[in-house]
Order: sequence, then structure tokens, then C-alpha cells
Amino acid sequence: MNTSLLMFLAIVFITLLITWWASRRSSTTRDFYAAGRSITGFQNGLAVAGDYMSAASFLGIAGLIAFYGYDGFMYSVGFLVAYLTVLLLVAEPLRNTGKYTMADVLAFRLRARPVRTVAAISTLTVSLFYMVAQMVGAGSLVNLLIPAVSFNSAIVIVGVLMIVYVVFGGMLATTWVQIVKAVLLMAGTTLLSILVMNAFGFSFARFFEAISQVTGTFKDASGTTITRDFTQPGLRYHDTTGAIDLISLGVALIFGTAGLPHILVRFYTVPDAKTARSSVVWAMILIGAFYIMTTFLGFGAATLVGKANIGVRLAGATATEYIATHPEKSDVLNAQLAKTGYIVPTPNNNLAAPLLAEALGGEIFLAFIAAVAFATILAVVAGLTIAASSAFAHDVWLNVVKKGVENEKEQVQVARITAFVIGALSIGLGIGLKSLNVAFLVGLAFAVAASANVPSIILTLFWRRFNTTGMVCGMLVGLVSSLLLIAVSPAVMGIDPPSTTTRHLIQQTALFPLENPALISVPLGFLAAWLGTLLRREPSSEEKYSELNVRSNTGLGAEV
Amino acid sequence: MTPDPVSHKQLSPADWKRIEQDPEFRALVAAKRRFILPATLFFLAYFFALPILVGFQPELMSRNVFGHVNLAYLFALSQFFMAWALAFWYLRRASAFDQAATSIRRSAGDLS
Repeated sequence: MNTSLLMFLAIVFITLLITWWASRRSSTTRDFYAAGRSITGFQNGLAVAGDYMSAASFLGIAGLIAFYGYDGFMYSVGFLVAYLTVLLLVAEPLRNTGKYTMADVLAFRLRARPVRTVAAISTLTVSLFYMVAQMVGAGSLVNLLIPAVSFNSAIVIVGVLMIVYVVFGGMLATTWVQIVKAVLLMAGTTLLSILVMNAFGFSFARFFEAISQVTGTFKDASGTTITRDFTQPGLRYHDTTGAIDLISLGVALIFGTAGLPHILVRFYTVPDAKTARSSVVWAMILIGAFYIMTTFLGFGAATLVGKANIGVRLAGATATEYIATHPEKSDVLNAQLAKTGYIVPTPNNNLAAPLLAEALGGEIFLAFIAAVAFATILAVVAGLTIAASSAFAHDVWLNVVKKGVENEKEQVQVARITAFVIGALSIGLGIGLKSLNVAFLVGLAFAVAASANVPSIILTLFWRRFNTTGMVCGMLVGLVSSLLLIAVSPAVMGIDPPSTTTRHLIQQTALFPLENPALISVPLGFLAAWLGTLLRREPSSEEKYSELNVRSNTGLGAEV
Repeated sequence: MTPDPVSHKQLSPADWKRIEQDPEFRALVAAKRRFILPATLFFLAYFFALPILVGFQPELMSRNVFGHVNLAYLFALSQFFMAWALAFWYLRRASAFDQAATSIRRSAGDLS
């Protein structure tokens, strides 16, 4: 046990205590969901921000910028601008026409059973992808704080703890975890940014000067090695494939947010569409400020810590032992040991932000930032688990299997089992995908959400002719095509040299050139939804569109 | 499941259709569309210009504007201000939509 670990545990414990206390205060309300409709715009803005700024944002983007420079910042931009899609197209109609889940809006004028079943499958898949990213982030953190615990055991321990917390204590607490976490995260990030700028005498000129001294290389299409500095684009996305991949990532981020079930359900917690709108704007202010600060975190880690020093560190006897057993890397590692007093056998970019904190504020600050990151992950896992288990318990179990006949005890049981299954799956997948950057993993979750959910949400709101066949076709094609394209993409497939420790899941040349499938799978989802709709007419859906149209635009008869 | 509120339950499909064809409602939908459609097209164009320029013209975007701050960074930063400005603009415009919506709800007999 070291001091930073004790500090970390103490901070996590205090956070949980605050959450538990806050949730007890709100537990007097009889019905959690209905009570939720009294959340104010500012509170919901905080909660949306808390739900959204996941491990991907804090650990992932900082890591991408620290390793690839400018290109990592593309995620930050997309994550914020995406809220314009939510604000202009989705938030208000959703609040005016739905009740508890994303599927409510879809089932409004379409046939409920097929629609709810397909929507639940999609919700579970998106949440699972998102959750895997959080697990990888949590595993990296614990592995950093307690190197004795291997990455795999770290993921299992953290995953089990989180699921237990969420399932048994967290249902009521979720909104408050989000709020507490959003405040902590903004505070931690602001403090880190100020310390970074302090290291450069609060001079942007000096800061950017230092960033331009950091360089990276890549091999272009013709095999020539090209060097770029970290202020310049191209270190991660280069050549034509890279450019197209960057656009594809943009499509995933810009449309994906409007299809994330755990974000959409937050708009049911406010009293009306007007508050839903103002909560999006509040969220945009917070989220935007945070993402601008990722520049300080990422570039700060690149300049003040350095790419080679980011990862779990070994020192003393363990270090010399490691070097002795890995003679092929001994030159590099010995140089690092001489310079810093430790070695980093496998760089892990998910640790850029915590290690920057250590470099600037020592062990105590490391413990604080790690605890903030942990609270961040916990809050997002809580939101995801609730979205996923309510999708299954409310949409599939109650409305499809039980045909609307309620049995509350049974429903809670079903929700708990769903949470456990989702948790176990994400732990397993997290171990399999541990070498991947968490922002990248979340980018894939956005791609699946954009391809499967967004076409149906947009079309049911704005196209009278849209029907059940179109919805089922669009959602399934979007879901399956995005998953298949990911499975054959360079993220999963690739041939690694035998010496590397992080390996692709399938050791074969990738069949699909893009890392993010959205550029292909989102249009495919729309196309399938359109073609499916043309297959048959559904007069009941077209007739009920009048009601949907009036309700979504005026709030007439909205759930109160 | 909580039952739907009663106020609009008396409305029949024919009623919804009637409201939908009411000039006041059609004016509201048209006004919203006049703002939302161009705003959406604008922000999509502004946003996708970034990955397109950065991806296909990295040399151009690497040009420094002052010190080591280059075009790519400034354009990325401008996206944040674009998003905030558009959001606030929409917030201001939407209060007129709210008034129209309230008036339509009133004439539909839903005074809540």
C-alpha cells in the first residue's frame, strides 16, 4: 500500500458517501422517474455533461493528444459540435413525445413489439461498447496505482465493484453521481490546465513553442518516413485513407450523440421541452469548456511528461530484471532508466492525464486526478447500466414478453440480471481490447449509435410515410453493418510483429481500410430505413403522424 | 406504466389532424423549419470543412498564423465558438416558437 493509493481510496470513498447521502435526500419522492421531471435546466445540463464526459474524454483524448498531437483534438471538436444535432433536431421532440426510454419515441406511431425489441437490442449493443471503454480506462488506472495487480485482474475487480455498486445502490443515485462527478471533473481539469500553463509562465507562445518541439513520425503511402511536430495534423490520420477515416470519425461523432440512449433518456428528467433545450445549452457550455481544456491536458502531457514515459512504470530491481529478460529493447530502456530512474515497458496513452498530474503536483495530485477519473467512470457506468437495463426491463420484458402486465418485483429482478450480464460481457471484452485507446473505443460506440439509432429517430420525427418495416430494416442494417465493418477494420484485424505485446484480435490483413465505419454504415442505415419503408404502406403510422407532429412541435399532451 | 395525462386524451385522430392543418400550427412548423434547416446545413458544412481540410490539406493547415499557433488549431478552436453562438442564437429564436406553441395548446383546450 502506498500513499497515493490510500489517498485514492479515501477520495473515492468520500465521493461515494456524498452520492449516497445525496441520493437518500432525493429518495423521499415516490417515483424516481416522475420526480425526475422536476430537474432544472442547469442541473440537467450538469448531469448531461456528467453522463457524457466519460473516461474517453478525460483519459482517452488527453492520451491521443499526448501520443499523436493535433489529431487527438479532433475528438474534442466532434464531441461538442455533436450537441447541435441534439439541440436542433432531437431533444425537444423527444421530450414532447416520449416517456422513459429511446424506444418510446419510436414506438409512438409504429408497431410496439418489433420496434421495442429491435431498439432494445441496439441500446444494449451501444451501451456495451461504451461500457467496454470505461472498463479499459478503469483497468489502466488501477494498474497504474497498484502495479502488483495485473491489468486483467484490475478490470475484473473494478468491473465487479462498479456493477455491484450500480445494481444495489446506484439506481436512485445516478443523477447525483453525474452532478458530483461533473463538478469534480471540471475542477480537476481546470486545476491541471492552470498548472500546465503555470509551467510555461502563462504564455501561450511558449506553450506552443514547446509543443512544436515535440515530434512524431509516420510512414506515408509510398513508404517514406515523414516527421511532423505535434501542432501539425497528420500523425494519426495521414494519406487519403487517413483523411477519409477522419471524416468517418466526424460522421460518427456528429450523429452518434443524438443516438446515445443514456444521453437521450436524460431529456425525460426535465419538466418540458423548453427546459430540455436550456439543459442542452448548459451542457454545451460545460462540455465545450472542458474539451477546450483537453488541449492543456494532452499537449501538457506531451511536453512535460513525454510519450515514452506514459505508462505503468517499473523501477529498481524490477526494472533491471525486465531489461535483462528483454534484451531486444535494452538500449532504449537503459537510456530511459538512466534519465528518469524508471522504465515504461509498454506505453499506455490512457494514463496521460494522471501522469501529468503526478509530474505537476506529486503523489497527492495524482491520487486526486485518479480519483476524479474513477468517479467519472463510475458515473458513466451508472448511466449506461440504467439505460441498458431499463431498455431491457421496460421495453422487452414488460412491453414485449409480458405484454404490458406489470410485476414490479419481477421487473427489478430482470433489470438487475441485465446489469450483471452487461457488466460481465464488458469485463470480458475489456480484457480482449485492453490495448486500445478508450476515446477510440467510444468513437466506435458512437458509430454504432449513429448507424443504428439515428436514422430511425430522425425519420420517425420528420417523415410521415416512415413505418415499422423501415424502422426495423434501418436499425438492423445500421447495427449489423457497423459491427461487421468494425470486425474487419484495422482496429480488430492486423498483423503484428512477434515482439509486440499489444496484439490485434485477428492476425490477418484488415479487409476494410477505415478504423471508424460511420461514413459507410450511417448512409447504409438511412438507405435501409428508406427502402424498407417503401416496401409496404402502414396507414396507422401515417395517420398517427399528425399526433406526433403536433405533440413534438407544441408539447401538447406531453408527459408531465 | 403511468397513464397518459387526461387533457389531450379527449383528442381524436381527427382533432390532431385538424390542429395539424390549422394555419397557426403550420406557421409555427414553417418558422421552425426556416431556422432549423439552414442552421443544421450550416453547422454540418462548417464542421465537416475541418476534417476535410485537415485530412486532405495538412500542409496548408499547418501554416502558422502567429508564433507556433497554426491554422488547423485556430479553425478547430473556432468550432467551439461557432457551436456556442449557434446554440445561443437558437435559444433566443426559440422563445418565439414557445409563444406560438403555447397559443396553439391554449386553443386546443390544454391550459396546463
